[in-house]
Amino acid sequence: MATIRTNQFKGGVKIILDGDPHNIVENEFVKPGKGQAFNRVKIRNLKTGRVVDKTFRSGETVEAADVVNLDLQYLYEDGEFWHFMEPNSFEQYQAGEAALGDAKKWLKPQDKCDVTLWNNTPLQIDPPNFVTLTVTDTDPGVRGDTSGGGGKPATLETGAVVRVPLFIEIGELLKIDTRKGEYVSRASE
Amino acid sequence: MPAGDWQPSASREVLIERAHLFAQVRQFFAERGVLEIDTPVLSQGAASEPGLASFQLAQDPNRWLITSPEFAMKRALAAGSGPIYRLGPAFRAGEAGRWHNPEFCMLEWYRPGLDYHELMDEVAALLCAVATNAPENIPRYSIADVFSQAGLPDPHTASAEALRAAAEQRGWAPSKSPANDAPQARDFWLDLVLGVGISDWLADSGACFVTDYPASMAVLTQTRNGTPPLAERFELYWQGVELANGGNELLDPDLLQQRVAADIAIRVANGQQTQVGDARLIAAQRQGLPACAGVALGVDRLLALALGFVAIAPVLPFAWERA
Repeated sequence: MATIRTNQFKGGVKIILDGDPHNIVENEFVKPGKGQAFNRVKIRNLKTGRVVDKTFRSGETVEAADVVNLDLQYLYEDGEFWHFMEPNSFEQYQAGEAALGDAKKWLKPQDKCDVTLWNNTPLQIDPPNFVTLTVTDTDPGVRGDTSGGGGKPATLETGAVVRVPLFIEIGELLKIDTRKGEYVSRASE
Repeated sequence: MPAGDWQPSASREVLIERAHLFAQVRQFFAERGVLEIDTPVLSQGAASEPGLASFQLAQDPNRWLITSPEFAMKRALAAGSGPIYRLGPAFRAGEAGRWHNPEFCMLEWYRPGLDYHELMDEVAALLCAVATNAPENIPRYSIADVFSQAGLPDPHTASAEALRAAAEQRGWAPSKSPANDAPQARDFWLDLVLGVGISDWLADSGACFVTDYPASMAVLTQTRNGTPPLAERFELYWQGVELANGGNELLDPDLLQQRVAADIAIRVANGQQTQVGDARLIAAQRQGLPACAGVALGVDRLLALALGFVAIAPVLPFAWERA
């Protein structure tokens, strides 16, 4: 079991706490005038995404989390798991719905994702910042309106619903910003 | 090595401010008739406090980088130096963070004939002399007042259990802590509440002196008998950062020996290095240390706070990673 001492704490270091992998967001060394020193740490639970404050006795050791990030290609979903592949080794990984989170709204096969693996199991899937998706359903466009003011909902091929300008029609390709869940522009593929 | 790593951590403007601060400090003490003394950095004595770790010299394992110039300065005082100050580096192994650098600049001074309240006056005067943003009046609160205003249990009487409960309730409790009946449990929870809780709370109060610590936290200062017994000590906080630490100096060589022995016992239990204390200091105090008050002040922190930085690295010529 790899361990990490508090003096190695810094942003980005990953440790196990209460059985869950955590990412250190911020580390501060505190020491009252003449006493025991402590590390005050802001830490993100990589399973739940929650950020909490934790205090450690300086000099303490904690278990290091075996966490790596890989660029994986999304393959398909089988109703229970989402399957990914490392494009060089062809090694495959399956991720549960919890790891997918919002990413499942944006993924279509072949997309490359940043996948956080803990003990070789996907913990978190980050979709590409921008994806191109086809509109499968939306109200008919209003002729002559090209301003984009107002907008209307459109359903995309992955099932996600985004607000689009009135001139967008079924079958068009759209560029979507997955971080905001917003329409960016028409796309040409 | 990252690309810009050869460069100083501080900008040229800050280096000029730093040199100016040193000059102002020296002028302040010259005007008050306090003598500058430069003490050795490599000493045969090491601090005994379990909270301090000294760097040990590989070529000569009986020499240590000083954690403060206290031992040498007190020996000079016992030899009749009169009031003295020392501006220079001190070293603390493992202390690195936003407000800590393992090598830092410390200003320490001793005033025979003054008591710790008079010394607080002088600390406040120094602050005003060197920092344009320093407050005119710095209030003084006893640690009991501070705890009570922060809604915390009485630091003098609360049990380890009560302090622990207060810390846990506020989410300060560390993942590993001593059992409530462990010998140092009370001091452990006091340190935690003080270090983690109070500095946050004091961040909003501008500057203040916190005084009259529990006798168990006396270190090398005098205690005053009474209920509760108090350590005649103070800490200066500014913008939530501990800036200075002083008090009426312990004179009795037997008490000094007892406290060092108690520290060593804790060090043995913790598995820390135990070759600590300074036989020459005890010999000096047998000869007689004049009644005096002394204080140590973190110069890098002072400069950072005076210039509006929220860390000390930008005021260090070369911070630890670049040293």
